[in-house]
Amino acid sequence: MFEKLMNIDRRIIFIFVALVVIIPMLSPFNLPLNVSEPTQKLYDYIDALPAGSTIMISFDYGPSSFPETEPMAAAVMKHCFDTGIKVIGVAVAYIDAVPLADRVMQQVAAEKGAVYGEDYVLLGYRPGEEYVILGMGAEIASVYDSDFSATPISEIPMMQNITNYDQISLLLNLAAGSSVEVWITYGHTKFDLKIAAGVTGVIVSQMYPYLQTGQLIGLLAGFRGAGEYEKLINAPGDGTKGINTASLVHLLIIGLVVIGNIAFFVQRRREE
Amino acid sequence: METLGIWIAAVLTLCIYSFLYRDNPFYRFAEHLLVGMSVGYIIVITIYFGFIPYAWTPIKNAVTDETARLGFLTLIPISMGFLFFARLSSRHAWLIRYPIAILMGISSGIMIPNALQTDIFAQIRGTIDPYSRIDALSAFEIFGAILMVIGVICTLTYFFFSIEHRGPIAGISKAGIAFLMIGFGSAFGNTVMGRVALLIQRVDFLINDWIGTIF
Repeated sequence: MFEKLMNIDRRIIFIFVALVVIIPMLSPFNLPLNVSEPTQKLYDYIDALPAGSTIMISFDYGPSSFPETEPMAAAVMKHCFDTGIKVIGVAVAYIDAVPLADRVMQQVAAEKGAVYGEDYVLLGYRPGEEYVILGMGAEIASVYDSDFSATPISEIPMMQNITNYDQISLLLNLAAGSSVEVWITYGHTKFDLKIAAGVTGVIVSQMYPYLQTGQLIGLLAGFRGAGEYEKLINAPGDGTKGINTASLVHLLIIGLVVIGNIAFFVQRRREE
Repeated sequence: METLGIWIAAVLTLCIYSFLYRDNPFYRFAEHLLVGMSVGYIIVITIYFGFIPYAWTPIKNAVTDETARLGFLTLIPISMGFLFFARLSSRHAWLIRYPIAILMGISSGIMIPNALQTDIFAQIRGTIDPYSRIDALSAFEIFGAILMVIGVICTLTYFFFSIEHRGPIAGISKAGIAFLMIGFGSAFGNTVMGRVALLIQRVDFLINDWIGTIF
């Protein structure tokens, strides 16, 4: 039996994974979700900001990673618009983040009645990552003279009183790559900009050292982070739906890892 | 039009997932289409957002706009940038050293002080900081602080090759491997979570968006 297990066709495992994903989609359910401390810290920080404050969201992910980060963007922006906080969107790492950012900003703005140019703005992408971050520290207009649709920044009402990071209460970096480290290195270390991150599962382990030192004030970790934030704002969305299904897949994978290890050790003992 | 887009996305998604059964022409078609479109898109975007505003427009202004009195200064960095293309000629390939040297010099000057502060000094401070306020920590937090210092010492010992790893050093080094394995295990688990998220989103799209257009 163990020999059969060790030589099982990988396509059978794929079928199991597909079933575990498809079945919960057809009959949705809710698993209990506890809010982790890093998510709670981010929520508390944004919730404590006075109305009229401005946060900047750096959309540094592409189409291959938006399923995890987009629900985070939606949840945080809903919270911001509910509490009267303005949002500036930028992209410093991936050019293809701009249409994704535009889509999610428009969706949330339509739902919350936010007005472009007054409650939120999308400045778009500029090449040169660290130089863009450094440049905005001196003067945002020196890097972004217009928004992503070429409207001059001087004609955008909410940008009239914003010169540089001194007027930005928080930078939330939604990332699928190394941009969080770049933001911390140049934004936080040089300009003392408060930074939080929402990252894909692949890179979340690298973020904990920065969280422990206080270089990050909060952290949203993958689907789970999005689901937790949705729970805090009482608005279940794609994050909540995703983490419920993902939990079942994780159970399946843990089970397969355990079975695979037992089969491996039993087979090795027999060979000895 | 939106329905057509959904159908194209759904068919291409299924083409890519067909690789799970085995390699096939449908998968290869979708793969090559993705690579080709990505490269084409990035080239166009780079020209539109990079070359035109930062090279073409300054050159044009320097030549045609008499009010831009110091506009010609922008030609210096742009010319340096163009030296990257010297690599295409074996006779002039040596010229590429100049822009690379400037780029490396500026990047190092900007990066090294900030990176030292971010990744070395702040991390060291973060490791020992809990001991400065140990009275205010719970038992679990004190345990975490002690474990963190032990982990740092053991892991650094594993990478310290100036002395032979024998006796107590070998034991500390092995403990370092254990800490590393725990870190890699955590990274692997999170990576699985990320990949599963992509699958869930695609299945969600196929079930709710694509099949939704049929029924």
